[in-house]
Amino acid sequence: MSFDSTYTKELPLVESKTSFSEIDNVIAAPMESKPGKTWFLLLALSVTMLLFGAVCLGLTFWFGIGLWGNNQPVGWAFDITNFVFWIGIGHAGTLISAILFLLRQRWRTAIARFAEAMTIFAVMTAGIFPLIHVGRPWLAGYLLPYPNQNNVWPNFYSPLMWDVFAVSTYLTVSFVFWYIGLVPDFATLRDRTKAGIKKALFTILSLGWRNSNRHWQHYERTYLILAGLSTPLVLSVHTIVSFDFAVSVIPGWHTTIFPPYFVAGAVFSGFGMVSTVLIFVRKVFHMEHIITVNHLEKMNKILLATGSIVGYAYAMEFFIAWYSGNPFEMFVFINRAFGPYAWAYWTMISCNVIFPQLFWFKKIRRAIPVTLVIVILVNVGMWFERFVIIVTSLHRDFLPSSWGMFVPTLYDTGILIGSFGLFFTLVLLFARTLPVISIAEIKAVVPGAQPTHKHHTNGQH
Amino acid sequence: MAIKIKEFINRLKEYNTTWKTEPRSGQLHSISVLFDTPDQIIEAAKATANAGYKKFDVFTPYPVHGMDEAMKMKESKIGWIALLAGITGAITALLMIGWMGGIDYKNIIGGKPFFALPGSIPITFELTVLFSALVTTAAMVALFNKLPWTSNPLHETPFMKSVTSDKFGLVIEAADKHFDERNVENFLGQLHGHSIEKVYYPIPDVGKTKTPVFDLKFMGVIAVTAILTAIASYAVLNKVLYTQPFNWMWEQPRLNPQAQSNFFGDGFGMRMPVEGTVARGFIPYEYKGMPDSVIKLLANPLALTEEVIQRGKVKFDIFCSPCHGYYGQGDGRLKGQFPNPPTLHSEKVRNWQDGNIYNVITNGQNVMPAYDKSVAREDRWAIIHYIRVLQRSQNAKDTDLEGK
Ligand code: HEC
Repeated sequence: MSFDSTYTKELPLVESKTSFSEIDNVIAAPMESKPGKTWFLLLALSVTMLLFGAVCLGLTFWFGIGLWGNNQPVGWAFDITNFVFWIGIGHAGTLISAILFLLRQRWRTAIARFAEAMTIFAVMTAGIFPLIHVGRPWLAGYLLPYPNQNNVWPNFYSPLMWDVFAVSTYLTVSFVFWYIGLVPDFATLRDRTKAGIKKALFTILSLGWRNSNRHWQHYERTYLILAGLSTPLVLSVHTIVSFDFAVSVIPGWHTTIFPPYFVAGAVFSGFGMVSTVLIFVRKVFHMEHIITVNHLEKMNKILLATGSIVGYAYAMEFFIAWYSGNPFEMFVFINRAFGPYAWAYWTMISCNVIFPQLFWFKKIRRAIPVTLVIVILVNVGMWFERFVIIVTSLHRDFLPSSWGMFVPTLYDTGILIGSFGLFFTLVLLFARTLPVISIAEIKAVVPGAQPTHKHHTNGQH
Repeated sequence: MAIKIKEFINRLKEYNTTWKTEPRSGQLHSISVLFDTPDQIIEAAKATANAGYKKFDVFTPYPVHGMDEAMKMKESKIGWIALLAGITGAITALLMIGWMGGIDYKNIIGGKPFFALPGSIPITFELTVLFSALVTTAAMVALFNKLPWTSNPLHETPFMKSVTSDKFGLVIEAADKHFDERNVENFLGQLHGHSIEKVYYPIPDVGKTKTPVFDLKFMGVIAVTAILTAIASYAVLNKVLYTQPFNWMWEQPRLNPQAQSNFFGDGFGMRMPVEGTVARGFIPYEYKGMPDSVIKLLANPLALTEEVIQRGKVKFDIFCSPCHGYYGQGDGRLKGQFPNPPTLHSEKVRNWQDGNIYNVITNGQNVMPAYDKSVAREDRWAIIHYIRVLQRSQNAKDTDLEGK
């Protein structure tokens, strides 16, 4: 949280000189006022989606995953597509809170808390999919290495086992990082609240934080360490997710480019989702002067960069397929672009590679409606990327006699809809119950928040 | 009942409007002062440190740059904790993978080694990060900052409410060696601050003599929780897991052998094979009821070896001896309960071709049942070799002794 503001000349992070108590008021406002009609409308919509998904999931539990469209040869379809998609969404939060923190990008302050929360919600949503994919999720405990009645230990060299460790570590560490960031804000809220259950809750959650400098010292160091740990962690998570594919021997999956390509794609999709949500949040909660157009523009720049990396990866996959001289590899890629799933492929290319290129123009980067359209397209495109990778690589097997097509049913589609419902329900509840912007961090970057150290030269001491 | 609910709601309302702060005693905890700008607090901190106070603290709504140096604080040592915890995590992961996969449960997977470092790296890395992050955070909260501590005397003072919002505060504790109430007040007065206040310890709960743990209500809650947990775990482990859809796949949409089913018109679950179906390994037997001249053509395909004879003995003892006796003399253990078979050492059988005996075993003869279903083809021929051995042993001649 400590930044040296002297060496960068940047646009102000908070528009106009806002006083500290005003910051408290603005950020606490959504928590202290009654929610408006729009909020209830959005909540009703997302809870409906969530319930629809829950019903489809319940039926899946009862009858088994035969209700889904998965079948030979496409054994992985919506379940794993959704898993990779949501895990990817989660990556923006840690990138913003950890990597941009280490890179001293102070503009992250206004969006970090929200992005971190979205990370946690996205990883929670993602975690559902591999569990339900196993068919009987109530036996998923066998994934963990505990001495069970079967006397069997898991296979530690399976990428699916790596997933278990990577995703659960990621969820735990992201949550701790997020909670530790919230502690000083809970203290502020505790002292703002007069009485009641809310006060009791804030008192417990704040752990009795007192804003003492002797505490801040260890706190800041811990925050730095957590950022340092989260940075390689976030890179490792999508790398390991990509191993699920890359370590197999299926043409279209078995490539060394997957780890970096997946990480870039994850950041790309994550920023797409963060932008989508923030554009609404700043409007609904009147936070335009804290989450400014400058922030959105910076995020658009990151979208442009990561989108281009993803585009490069698409091109490189094609090149390597040709360069390898492997007829199966070549077939998979030609089939991707011109086969029965060509529509999915070209949706992916246009949403991920073509449209984000518009962000080269400053006018478009700073135009909020256009940004909104493009970031939503990015979300769509990134979902299709995972769909294309998984389904097109599987539907044409080595033997033409085993070729098949994947067609989703009501149930796997319903669960996809439900996952969006879950995510947005959590986001909406979060926006009303917790400070969506770090109060302590934003105070620290307000103009005039840090000492000028003028007195040094006065020779007073 | 209605009155009770009303009372409860009233109490909830009261709880929601009044926050009971504990009354303060006369014992002084510290003296506090507030400032408006970060520059002022830095100067105040420097002055306090220079004046020789050790037990003082500065309170700021966010970390202020340069405050650690101003307060003459030593660098935080928490980084070492992170390092140690990380190393512990890595070692734990490697030992776990090495022992579980390399020693305790050696499972051959694609011919890979039981323990390999490259494949262990992902999990080792994750556990390193996990241990380090969790332990460092816990150490920061509990060990370094002595939290949670919600009953600190500074809580619920106007001072605390200011420093968690927009003011910068400084506190000198009464526990300091150089603390003198008058002096400290004077000193703080010179620092250009405002709102100098004395903070007193809250009065500890005087009236209460009982330890809250032995409170009847508390113990009741614990007991109820324990009982509910026990019931819940019993229900889950012994009941829920045996109902749909958790029931270990015991109920499956399929027809078991011999089971009834309304699906087919005849009410049977099992189906007759389609007419003309041939079982696996079926070879038609064409010698039934044939004259000896044809049966002669049935030759024993097995070579006469000790191994074959041993096998024949085993099978003969199992399938034939109950009636025919261990030596084929017709004195089996079923004597009296089943028509006695004739001896197998008769002229007739000794002069039979192997094919004749094979025919009898395969199709039976009069009361002797057929053994084509229970004795494999090769075993039948082995039995015949063994019968020949028995016959030879029972009909030895003097000339045999001469070694011819
Ligand atoms: C259930 C009792 C029973 C068993 C077991 C049995 N047999 Fe017999 N076997 C008989 C009887 C009884 C006869 C006489 C049938 C008849 O009256 O022609 C007989 C007849 C025979 C004969 C013909 C003898 C003759 O003089 O006509 C042969 C050879 C023979 N059995 C071989 C075997 C062999 C080899 C086995 C083992 C695979 C076997 N039997 C198992 C009851 C049995």
